[in-house]
Amino acid sequence: MNTCGVMYLTKSGDLASTFHARDPWTTASSRPPSLFQPGGVRNGAAAQGRPRNRFEQAPLYVAVLTYVGFGIVTLFGYFRDFLRALRLEKCHIAQERQELKEFVPLYQDFENFYTRNLYMRVRDNWNRPICSLPGPVFDLMERVSDDYNWTFRLTGRTLKNVINMGSYNYLGFAENNALFLTTVAEAVRGYGVGTCSTRQEMGNLRIHEELEQLVAEFLGVESAMTFGMGFATNSMNIPALVGKGCLILSDELNHTSLILGARLSGATIRIFKHNNMQSLERLLRDAVCSGQPRTHRPWRKILIMVEGIYSMEGSLVCLPEIVALKKKYKAYLYLDEAHSIGALGPTGRGVIELFGMDAKDIDILMGTFTKSFGAAGGYIAGKKELVDYLRSHSHSAVYASAMSPPVTEQIIRVIKGIMGRGGTNEGLRRVHRLMENTRYFRRRLREMGFIIYGNEDSPVVPLLLYLPAKVVAFSRAMLEKNIGVVVVGFPATPITEARARFCVSAAHTRDMLDKVLDALDEVGDALSIKFSRQKFSPRSELYDGTDFELDS
Amino acid sequence: KMASGQQWVLVEMVQAFYEAPAYHLILEGILILWIVRLLFSKTYKLQERSDLTDKEKEELIEEWQPEPLVPQVSKDHPSLKYDVVSGPPSHKIIVNGKECINFASFNFLGLLDNERVKVCALASLQKYGVGTCGPRGFYGTFDVHLELEERLAKFMRTEEAIIYSYGFATIASAIPAYSKRGDIVFVDEAACFSIQKGLQASRSVIKYFKHNDMEDLERLLKEQEVEDQKNPRKARVTRRFIVVEGLYINTADVCPLPELVNLKYKYKVRIFLEESMSFGVLGEHGRGVTEHFDVNIDDIDLISANMENAVASIGGFCCGRSFVIDHQRLSGQGYCFSASLPPMLAAAAIEALNIMENDPDIFTILREKCRHVHKSLQGIPGLKVVGEPFAPALHLQLERSSGSRETDMKMLPQHLLVCFQCLDRQIAVTQARYLDKEEKFLPSPSIRVVVTIEQTEVEIEKAANCIREAALAILK
Repeated sequence: MNTCGVMYLTKSGDLASTFHARDPWTTASSRPPSLFQPGGVRNGAAAQGRPRNRFEQAPLYVAVLTYVGFGIVTLFGYFRDFLRALRLEKCHIAQERQELKEFVPLYQDFENFYTRNLYMRVRDNWNRPICSLPGPVFDLMERVSDDYNWTFRLTGRTLKNVINMGSYNYLGFAENNALFLTTVAEAVRGYGVGTCSTRQEMGNLRIHEELEQLVAEFLGVESAMTFGMGFATNSMNIPALVGKGCLILSDELNHTSLILGARLSGATIRIFKHNNMQSLERLLRDAVCSGQPRTHRPWRKILIMVEGIYSMEGSLVCLPEIVALKKKYKAYLYLDEAHSIGALGPTGRGVIELFGMDAKDIDILMGTFTKSFGAAGGYIAGKKELVDYLRSHSHSAVYASAMSPPVTEQIIRVIKGIMGRGGTNEGLRRVHRLMENTRYFRRRLREMGFIIYGNEDSPVVPLLLYLPAKVVAFSRAMLEKNIGVVVVGFPATPITEARARFCVSAAHTRDMLDKVLDALDEVGDALSIKFSRQKFSPRSELYDGTDFELDS
Repeated sequence: KMASGQQWVLVEMVQAFYEAPAYHLILEGILILWIVRLLFSKTYKLQERSDLTDKEKEELIEEWQPEPLVPQVSKDHPSLKYDVVSGPPSHKIIVNGKECINFASFNFLGLLDNERVKVCALASLQKYGVGTCGPRGFYGTFDVHLELEERLAKFMRTEEAIIYSYGFATIASAIPAYSKRGDIVFVDEAACFSIQKGLQASRSVIKYFKHNDMEDLERLLKEQEVEDQKNPRKARVTRRFIVVEGLYINTADVCPLPELVNLKYKYKVRIFLEESMSFGVLGEHGRGVTEHFDVNIDDIDLISANMENAVASIGGFCCGRSFVIDHQRLSGQGYCFSASLPPMLAAAAIEALNIMENDPDIFTILREKCRHVHKSLQGIPGLKVVGEPFAPALHLQLERSSGSRETDMKMLPQHLLVCFQCLDRQIAVTQARYLDKEEKFLPSPSIRVVVTIEQTEVEIEKAANCIREAALAILK
């Protein structure tokens, strides 16, 4: 079957029939010959046993209720704004200085409507301060508000040993075992924590070069360059690669840093539907055949930008299909592995390894060290020409400080760990452990009847909550059960698709996961958020077609 | 009455229809059919004419050759091979295997190698590990971050401070958080690259004024005033900002802040001030250019600085009134969408602040060193010192600019050679690096000389002599 495995489940719950009906490639029979039609270039063999992305749709009444919910809060917001205008309600918002009253207002009134009337009511669910390691459990600082969330007061008490389902600590390398951190501590003693210069001037330390060689080796590419901030790796390097007269084809769910980088580059940006190969191919075809708008000159180059794991959907990129497309249309591929590097693949080499592909097929490999590596910063890797060009033209290399030496050392330590250097295969064990945990956690959630998005191998697990009130109740109820979760809603997600997002870690013990699952079961029933209409048969799909063997 | 009148017209029409000759009716019938046909048929077949057949498309796809992903970089590109520093980039630095005295790293207060800072960083490492594994919103807010924000606000005597995990991202995120499409930003031509990127991201209207030229700025402001009178409705919603640097990294001189504040109130424009070079440097207590000029800090709407120079850690911060700063917690892209600063680096910054607060004499010492370096570098043949005597990062430029940028650029390798010779003689200086094609107003090529409090008088003399000899030999 020619599919990347995007699976839409509809009311009938009949997997096979809906799969065909909604499959974006089998419905398009009148289109010109394409890569993804029967008889196309690929025979789809790779689709066999490949992990699938799931997006089950919510019942209609849920969507309706969600809009009603937002409607009520909005109306109430207007009512309260009216009361504030009449000074019947106290206004807590920080005020502009008296001297600046005649200036053009810094914020438009409607800009802050959402913050003032919606976000403020529920703001206790974000920015919760912690005072320990962000490991599998952490300590939260207790916060209370005396004025309905306008200000918070720290009580000085801590909530101990809250199970952490929010941090991107996929491999559990956010750890403070002194023995593991020996080399990092040495880096602090030897180097200090800063660099006080850019890479091109006087901030190119020997350990930066060591790290870059290691990253290249780890990824199986010719060369790599590292940068001090993950976000800036995207936003400061994309402009060096493309510019005016170039076309960027970007997945609609790409991270802000990619979008910012694309915007700063000055290239034309077109958006394709999330993971939708038909949409991408149509754009590619159109771009190559019609060239630039108005001038009709051919594009200088076309860059496809995708992510390995999409952080809000938990879905995996359809890499084999995209590579086939990019080869056919001679586009370049920029793969952001922020969440997937370290977390996917039998030896943690990311989504490329998961699909059994060759890293050389991807032109620009990007990733961050913030997640699986428990550090900070990012890399870009690929051919030597690419990295040489970045070394001389990257905005980051010329204008931004080099990476902190102890942070660099942490990354070196972790990569060596995953590669099994230094005598233990602890790193590899964690990669497998993460996969086990992920599959277990996802399977149990589906058994319970929650709607879970994404791929069964993705450690990012979004649980759909839909209704704004339930989002808040869910987060608070979980915290009462000593579990820290992340909830996200509009504007980070579509307005009807608010969700909780769990990040599974290799450091979670089975016991912790069970505790979380039990709590979820209870809260799920109490809030009636088990929206799934899938008849899930627990045993049929379990571990079938797995490409992970623990002894590999 | 009207109705009956219309009825009469209708009756007359029917009568005329009966009386008309047959050929007339046939002709009119044909005409009506013709109109109907014209209405329902396409006038010309644009679609068919430009549509390519699938075969043609395949040929086009076959034919199209994109440019290579990146152009080839020549092997001797001046910025391809980096100098390699082994060991810490502190006062004594080992560059390409040679031990030198560091006149290149922005370690103004020598805090990079400070034992107290290291002890605090280690303690933090032991407790929190390295990374935060999340953005501030999702359990990436640590007690250390809250403490650092509070301390920075207290140090700067402002209501609130917000920290970013990367210096470059600070002002580059702060500007687009406030200034949107249609707003107007007045900015100095010498503004650094991160300001330029922030402006680009904001998509506002950008008006450059000549470097530190208040008359030119006022001219632009007046022009805008005239513009506003033409369209007062638009003017009421167009936000205006002046973006300046305290101490310019590209020119090593200071912005005329008191004049800027006057213009601010006169023309109702807000001021954003970038203080990466002046924070922890200027002023009696290191509070920067506001303290230097004794300007009320509340008159500046937003101050941003990085913690990668004087503070010798990583990251940056913005400070000002809560009314202004708090907005970034939901709108600062580099704040919301990036992992937070590793606690260890925040702890180091807190200890650096402690040192700066406990011992404000270091700022006086730094100023003396700056004056000394500035004086020693005078009178080098072929090179002139650019920058204020109290600036800790000076530029050495060609004494006589050839007038054309191109010839100046040809002198670049000579600059590099000077740097190399100095390295050979154990003085580490670098050429100031820019991306020629990306800078809005490319600064003249220069050698950067950085002053730190650790440099002794002897070392300063040695460095000055070394640069003088190299310049004599190479620039002639």
